[in-house]
Amino acid sequence: MFRRLNRSALVAVIFIGIILIWAAEDMPAYGDPKAPANEYAAQMYIDRTPGDIGIDNIVTAILASYRGFDTLGEVVVILTAGISVLLLMRRGEGQ
Amino acid sequence: MRENVVIRTVCRLFVPFIQLFALYVIVHGASGPGGGFQGGVIFATSFILLLIAFGLPCVRGRFGRSWIRAYAACGIIIFAGVGLTCILFSGNFLEYAAIETALGIPHLQTLMIDIVEAGIGITVMAVMTSIILDFVGKEEEEPL
Repeated sequence: MFRRLNRSALVAVIFIGIILIWAAEDMPAYGDPKAPANEYAAQMYIDRTPGDIGIDNIVTAILASYRGFDTLGEVVVILTAGISVLLLMRRGEGQ
Repeated sequence: MRENVVIRTVCRLFVPFIQLFALYVIVHGASGPGGGFQGGVIFATSFILLLIAFGLPCVRGRFGRSWIRAYAACGIIIFAGVGLTCILFSGNFLEYAAIETALGIPHLQTLMIDIVEAGIGITVMAVMTSIILDFVGKEEEEPL
């Protein structure tokens, strides 16, 4: 039973691994300036941050200003995680 | 816990410097590497150090459960409050430029971003401390 389960898992891992390596061939080279991810939004942020927001750190400009709503959601996710731990760990207290 | 004078003295010396560094990282977010998430976690580290050196009752006494809950909510209220203030000045939610043009003060956006980062830092600090204290408290209640 254990050996058969092991063998099927190995076959699945090799199969998925071949698919992933095959797909990685089509990915752009690391740090390629012509890659689609680097071509539009990144250049726009670099060009417009000094005029739009006027701070030196482009990462903070994207985080707090251009994508501020996204960051607000992230903070709410952290608060939710804290509340979940609080509820799970204090289960049964005060009864 | 066994008494150890060296550990306790070194921790007592280090905690204010860790907290000062955390505040520096939060405030420095607009002009260099840093920001609310990183600074909040560094601030929580100072409480973890206190917890290791002085035990749970000391940290609970300095930073109680109700205060942790209040701080965790306070950070999000600051963040959302800044966003809603932008709506008051007829901008979109979190559109800091609307306040800047309405009041005519230059570089106000930098200040707004710093306030937002401080809000993020307060929430992250409170939630990290809360999680650690809850885990440790559970461990001490039911020793495995």
